[in-house]
Amino acid sequence: MSRVGGVLRGIDWIARSFIVTLKAFVTPPVTVQYPEQPIAVYPRFRARHELRRYENGLERCIGCCLCEAACPTGAIHVEAAENDPERPVSPGERYASVYEVNLMRCVFCGDCETACPVEAVVLGHEFELAVYHRDGFLLTKEELLKPTHPNVIVRAE
Amino acid sequence: MDWINLIIVPGVKALVLVVVLLTGFAYLTLFERKVLGRFQLRYGPNRAWRFGLGHPIADALKMVFKEEIIPGHVDKIIYVLGPVLAIVPALAIFAVVPIGPAINLFGYQVPLVLADVNVGLLYVLAIASLGTYGVILGGWASNNKYSLLGALRSSSQMLAYELPMGILLISILLMTGTLSLVRIVEQPLPWYFRVWIIAAFPLFFTTVLAETGRSPFDLPETENELVAGYQTEYGGIKFALYYMAEYLHMIAASAIVVTLFFGGWHGPFVDQLPILGPVYLALKIVCMIFLFVWVRASLPRVRYDQLLKFCWTFLFPVSLIYLAITAVAVVLL
Repeated sequence: MSRVGGVLRGIDWIARSFIVTLKAFVTPPVTVQYPEQPIAVYPRFRARHELRRYENGLERCIGCCLCEAACPTGAIHVEAAENDPERPVSPGERYASVYEVNLMRCVFCGDCETACPVEAVVLGHEFELAVYHRDGFLLTKEELLKPTHPNVIVRAE
Repeated sequence: MDWINLIIVPGVKALVLVVVLLTGFAYLTLFERKVLGRFQLRYGPNRAWRFGLGHPIADALKMVFKEEIIPGHVDKIIYVLGPVLAIVPALAIFAVVPIGPAINLFGYQVPLVLADVNVGLLYVLAIASLGTYGVILGGWASNNKYSLLGALRSSSQMLAYELPMGILLISILLMTGTLSLVRIVEQPLPWYFRVWIIAAFPLFFTTVLAETGRSPFDLPETENELVAGYQTEYGGIKFALYYMAEYLHMIAASAIVVTLFFGGWHGPFVDQLPILGPVYLALKIVCMIFLFVWVRASLPRVRYDQLLKFCWTFLFPVSLIYLAITAVAVVLL
């Protein structure tokens, strides 16, 4: 009789597994259709650098080079220049005449963000960084200043 | 006009059948991948064209244009013969499956079955086991231990499971009193026999899973032990032929099961509109294939000793008991 019991138990388990898979079948897929649908990221998600401006259009960066000093991999290169008092680029005495980020070295640690006294450099949500040539990984100041439109939705923390 | 009935009509029917089957095979792969995807909470292929309908075409083109490689250590003739021997029986099974009632085409009364053989069930059994030759010859000719082991497993599995399958078929034969699949579908059976036949469906379906080498009995190609089993040394169109044979076996098995257990092409309004017959048959086959995929999504692969033990110590005696009860019932009722 234990044979019969074993068979019945087996049938029970098989039936249960079938119900489990059937439940999965009627559940909508969890896949994100990525290029068409945005990916959900957390607010503090760190991707590519961005240089920010004040609302009056002046650049926040004052060319202090603290980010360059803080960078553990030496990915950031800043050259400062004196502001022209007639047509200032930034509110301080100096501004960054050259601001380059080498994405091949960057480890997206966010130390530059922390070091910046005026919150000029931030790691934004733009994560689609593939380029066709190596030169494309060297971001110039113009590219960093351009506003980005990352293909993400920001989820609750 | 004898030659029309003897040559043209069967020729056209065979051609249509083969074309439909090969297209059906291509879209069956898509169907399986999509359904399996939904079972695993993903979408499955949906990139090529709408709903991924271009994927089978892309797969076929890729397979056709692959380089023909024949490894140096294989037995060339048998190596090439293997896939052919696998696919021919898979296609040939359909010759006796009734697709629908006779329809009137251009003044001819055309029965929708390629050949109404009076030993149809025997034919199915014989041709289905011929498919083993393709597998074992391919595995042998590949001259590779994984291929050979896969082929051996495949053949012993098929031999073992053919026994309970045959016994269940004999039981059905006792109830219907005919071997012809056409007659089995057409003749009315008392309701208690219908119920009794359907009671055997889980047993029969298990043997069918093993015969077609489908999960959870896909031992011939256990990826984690045998690379790809008997297909290991095959590539390009020859691999595609094996793949095709496997899926055609699945369609054929579904067609046979539907014919024997679920009334084949029967359905509402078939009497008024005979063309509905093939539609009902196709729908029923799709349901059966859904069941195949459902089983694959639900059950893990069994171990080899479990496979044979299950067959010899459970399926075989149970089907014998089924046969005995059927025989007594047929005599008494």
